[in-house]
Amino acid sequence: MEHYLSLFVASVFVENLALAFFLGMCTFLAVSKKVSAAFGLGIAVIVVLTISVPVNNVIFNVLLAEGALSWTGISGAENIDLSFLGLLSYIGVIAALVQILEMFLDKYVPVLYNALGVFLPLITVNCAILGGVLFMVERNYNFGESVVYGLGSGVGWALAITALAGIREKLKYSDVPGSLQGLGITFITVGLMSLGFMSFSGIQL
Amino acid sequence: MADATTKSVLTSPVFKNNPIALQVLGICSALAVTTSMSVSLVMTLAVIFVCAFSNLFVSLIRNHIPSSIRIIVQMTIIASLVIVVDQILKAYAYEMSKQLSVFVGLIITNCIIMGRAEGFAMQNSPKMSFIDGIGNGIGYGLILMIVGFFRELFGSGSVFGFTVLQPVQDGGWYVPNGLLLLPPSAFFIIGLIIWVLRSMNPEQIEENEFKMKHNTEPKEAV
Repeated sequence: MEHYLSLFVASVFVENLALAFFLGMCTFLAVSKKVSAAFGLGIAVIVVLTISVPVNNVIFNVLLAEGALSWTGISGAENIDLSFLGLLSYIGVIAALVQILEMFLDKYVPVLYNALGVFLPLITVNCAILGGVLFMVERNYNFGESVVYGLGSGVGWALAITALAGIREKLKYSDVPGSLQGLGITFITVGLMSLGFMSFSGIQL
Repeated sequence: MADATTKSVLTSPVFKNNPIALQVLGICSALAVTTSMSVSLVMTLAVIFVCAFSNLFVSLIRNHIPSSIRIIVQMTIIASLVIVVDQILKAYAYEMSKQLSVFVGLIITNCIIMGRAEGFAMQNSPKMSFIDGIGNGIGYGLILMIVGFFRELFGSGSVFGFTVLQPVQDGGWYVPNGLLLLPPSAFFIIGLIIWVLRSMNPEQIEENEFKMKHNTEPKEAV
């Protein structure tokens, strides 16, 4: 249990996908002008990451990893290594998942569907999702760990984008040099936030 | 783009319309690999390769793709090319592929490549699209190399692994600035590059959406 808790805290704060690995930067910068929009996107990312990381974990372990196909009982199956197909299947799974989630929410939870709006389809091309999946594969997480990691990294990303949106809302009132306006000052702000998050490094539970 | 010449297609994304600095695309996978110049160079080559060939293939079959599934088709082409790059790196430059870790895979979700496939290759001839892909790859790489140059020079006192500023721990005089090897510095450097570029091209400056009104009643200003 402690192991899972420590993994969760590490993925939220220490290895924050947005601020330590620069993942999902495009949407991170584009959708952080208002706190409400940023929060909606954050929730959507948490949902998709929490589902897609464990699903891809199962796919990798049951279909793609070296020798994973031996459960089929076909002779020679234990020598098959399909891990080179990884990238293609992860992105396919993510795209399909987002589509299914969108249809499901539209039918059964219209309130949430309306709140998330255009953000759901955008998430397919959010590198935070694919990045989370690739980190999971690279670090050989088992199923339980992948659930915790998916949830934790989603929460971390949502936290970062909501915090940045809060800062940018206040920043409207400050007098920024002309050519630094908009994007430039946002980058510097994110840099300072990232510096702040670095103080979490080394936290162990 | 009726009068697009080969040269303008190649050079405009490098300087005038740089994908990172002006359109802010593809920074997702860019920043983490810039701690040293050789890693940035490999990443640049990978992106140029993927961008050029995905543009070429998308353009070749652009008249046969039903528009409702074009995103999936483009995604499949890009993902297959990235797999090729990933496998080549693993086979011939294993150390480098370890350093790049997941960021080679993240080229798939790099918005530059997707954006060029959708925005340029779907309307233009294969040759032009190929050149456009190279141009955008170079434009991306240019920023990557600039960021990499500053981070490596001041962070570890070397350029491409060759020592330029002799660091203190090897008996030299330069005290390396460790901050530049950490993630936040990449944000600062990109922010400063954008500042410089926009000062040179004032038409790129974003409108202030919340302009403050001047105080029109002087007696209240006291």
